Amino acid sequence: MSAIDTGAALPQQKTDYIPVLLPIALALLAFPLVGSFSTWTTLTLAGLAMGMMIFAMASGLTLVFGLMDVMNFGHGAFVAVGAYVAVVAFAPMGALMQSPSLAANLMALIPAMLLAMIVTGVAGYVFERLLVRPVYGQHLKQILITMGGLIVIEQLLYATFGPQLNPLPLPAALRGSIPLGAAAIEKYRLLAVVVGLIVFLALQFTLTRTKLGLLIRAGVENGEMVEALGYRIRRLFIGVFMAGSALAGLGGLMWALYREQAHASIGGEMMVTTFIVIIIGGLGSVGGCFIGSILLALLANYAGFLAPKVALISNIALMVAVLLWRPRGLYPVTSR
Amino acid sequence: MILSGNPPRGKLLTALLILVVVVLALAPFLFPGSKPANVAAKICVFALLVASYDLLLGYAGIVSFAHTMFFGIGAYGIAITLYALGPSWGAMALGLGAAVVVAAVFALAIGLFSLRVQTIFFAMVTLAVASAFAVLASQLSWLTGGEDGRTFRVPEVLRPGFRLIENGPFGITISGRTLSYYLVFCSVVVLFLVMLRIVESPFGRVLQAIRENPFRAEALGYRIIYHRTLANVLAAVFAACAGALNALWLRYTGPDTSLSFNIMIDILLIVVIGGMGTLYGAIIGAALFVLAENYLQTLMGAAFGALNASGAGFVANFFNPDRWLLWLGILFIFSVYFFPTGIVGKLRAEPKS
Amino acid sequence: MTEALLTLSGVHTHIGRYHILHGVDFDVPRGRTTMLLGRNGAGKTTTLRTIMGLWPASQGSIHFDGARIDKAATPDIATSGVAYVPETMAIFSDLTVKENLVLAARAGAPDERRLEWMFGFFPALRKFWLSRAGTLSGGQKQMLSIARAIVEERKLLLIDEPTKGLAPAIVSALIECLKEIARSGATILLVEQNFRVAQDVGDLVHVMDSGRIVHSGAMADLAADDSLQKRLLGLSLDSHQ
Repeated sequence: MSAIDTGAALPQQKTDYIPVLLPIALALLAFPLVGSFSTWTTLTLAGLAMGMMIFAMASGLTLVFGLMDVMNFGHGAFVAVGAYVAVVAFAPMGALMQSPSLAANLMALIPAMLLAMIVTGVAGYVFERLLVRPVYGQHLKQILITMGGLIVIEQLLYATFGPQLNPLPLPAALRGSIPLGAAAIEKYRLLAVVVGLIVFLALQFTLTRTKLGLLIRAGVENGEMVEALGYRIRRLFIGVFMAGSALAGLGGLMWALYREQAHASIGGEMMVTTFIVIIIGGLGSVGGCFIGSILLALLANYAGFLAPKVALISNIALMVAVLLWRPRGLYPVTSR
Repeated sequence: MILSGNPPRGKLLTALLILVVVVLALAPFLFPGSKPANVAAKICVFALLVASYDLLLGYAGIVSFAHTMFFGIGAYGIAITLYALGPSWGAMALGLGAAVVVAAVFALAIGLFSLRVQTIFFAMVTLAVASAFAVLASQLSWLTGGEDGRTFRVPEVLRPGFRLIENGPFGITISGRTLSYYLVFCSVVVLFLVMLRIVESPFGRVLQAIRENPFRAEALGYRIIYHRTLANVLAAVFAACAGALNALWLRYTGPDTSLSFNIMIDILLIVVIGGMGTLYGAIIGAALFVLAENYLQTLMGAAFGALNASGAGFVANFFNPDRWLLWLGILFIFSVYFFPTGIVGKLRAEPKS
Repeated sequence: MTEALLTLSGVHTHIGRYHILHGVDFDVPRGRTTMLLGRNGAGKTTTLRTIMGLWPASQGSIHFDGARIDKAATPDIATSGVAYVPETMAIFSDLTVKENLVLAARAGAPDERRLEWMFGFFPALRKFWLSRAGTLSGGQKQMLSIARAIVEERKLLLIDEPTKGLAPAIVSALIECLKEIARSGATILLVEQNFRVAQDVGDLVHVMDSGRIVHSGAMADLAADDSLQKRLLGLSLDSHQ
């Protein structure tokens, strides 16, 4: 028996760090332009907070696409549903929300987050069954039907909650800011960063350390082979779809609190943003989606301060710039 | 009436089309008054706009969410020049010409940029670009009038006060409004016939071949990007023309009448309900949709009132005329599922030749 | 000859509008290595994919280990004991060698003794255990793909052209590996273009042409009959290198 060992020198493929450096470079570049350290800190933190929330909303969308080649044009509906769950959930918990104690606030906030995730996760299951599965593999119909789903859910929200803006005051202990030297750090943004980081780390852990995560990553690369190894990719897909919807719901709740109001139009708005983010990251790439979210949010905040008119198109400009550099996004997924 | 090698096929369909066109041609005389005139003009504009979208969706198999952007470019082109240069035919021509060029360049850029990749990618990119454009148009107030838009004056002969014939034979009055309507109607007819020609040309055939089987078409030597980009540019130009005509009729251009995402949804609904890949579907669909929008919503309002009065407040909310889109959305999903060929497909009883 | 583990009778497969398999009949007996030979486009890969349920059979029946599997879903076919090594290898390049094998081992962590046995003939896998599979060389990827199929004991291995595109030295080594796997008692259905490999490894042979089986018999008989080879396989195969 002869042994095969041809691997004398392994062509070590380097991990591509350039995209990771982009947000850092952007932050450093913005510093002299902004001028003041305290303003820069505030803007950067605001950007990070915003980026984390966008990432929560977008991560599910990019995974669902990577796994099954399905782009859900109704994803924004779950963001809007999450926002309204906040309205409903906080209504009976006024005392806890008004309490100056952070613990009491969190006792209202955490159940509301869980509720938002459960509601949107279940909604995602129904959406997948009714709208995505019947047109699976037919891109044109898929785009049209999921867009139809967005319209219907948005209208159902209007019919149920009325067309008006629903004010959503922040919990008492999360209002205002913490002074940090000359800079002021808004408390809620800090919380958003923490929640976003938890989501990111949980996703990373699942994807790299669990068999389920390995299956998802393998499925993104070659779903057929995952089936040939004896796993049902369909079931995996529904799970990812539900988890993605739940994260969109969580992001929607966080975003509504950030803006201190809930309205169904947030769904359509955020969907455009999430699309840009996952295009920038490379369709199907979770890491790319994370960097894309941070990059977009940082740029939006710096531009909003430096040149408000430019900020209106900073998202699209960023997308164009990234695509000119890497036509398939920062981290193209190999099989697509 | 059909000056093309592509007849509508199907007796009922032909009869229906003739009916719609004849009624539209005589609308100012059949139904005097400003509401019917607005309805008829909107049907004409939407027939053109939706037909141009069908060029993309039905013939090239591309989903774009930027069609209202091109519609808006046409509308703003006319509005900005007429507002800035005053009501002259020259300003109108300049506005239309500039709009067509801008629309074509935008469409070319988006096409070269993103038509290489999947349908999904193109749909996402167009959605993002269109929303950025809408935001920009509503913010650049010095140019576009912002959220308020621009109200402008049209050349004298098109103004309501103008009289070509006053109390003529049979008591007919032909005002500037009537002339405006016929300007819209005739332009739409001509542009529609041009589109019929295009889809029947070798170019149109190649587009359909690409839609059916891109790999095979490529193997046969057709350049997919070239054909798809050209289709995108043509559709954009026709949409810009529709936008210009709409602006001319309304004598106003603002975000709600030209760039709103609701218009995009209307286009999708009409093209799917009318029938994708037929062009004729745009006429039938636009006629039905605009009529329903103007008269069925009144019915919904009545139902809403009745339900409200009977104390079923929560249920009533679903019949509020403002929830018009809810029912359209449901209808849309069902149409895509069960009648992907739309009304025209159903009416074409005989099998395809 | 022992009883058949896998039986195809009258199998037709359509891919889109194209009719690829026109009634394929053959048996794969237990514990032997059966070769599936034929010219390019004869339908060998389609046959393997049809067995695996990746392209469903439109007619005919496939029996595996006493059960009918032609209507079964791919994951069920896999869990009933069929392992598949596709022509494209289909390794998960974003995952490490270890992770690839962890996924392939459905019962839990890969068995240590079996891993040692595999490392015996695939030492590169031990060496690059924690490297991303995408960084392996072509030959190493092929080994990983085969390793995935044998990391747990399976009743039947479907292997599609493992030697394709590999250097001659590696091919010789791979032949020894395949023999070793066969000696362990595995049943193998092997598609191969390289006649030298086929005659070295195969016990039995089926030859396909235009979506049908045109010859079945012992590998040794075909190897000994030059004119038969020429008639069945033409010049597309290098016989007797």
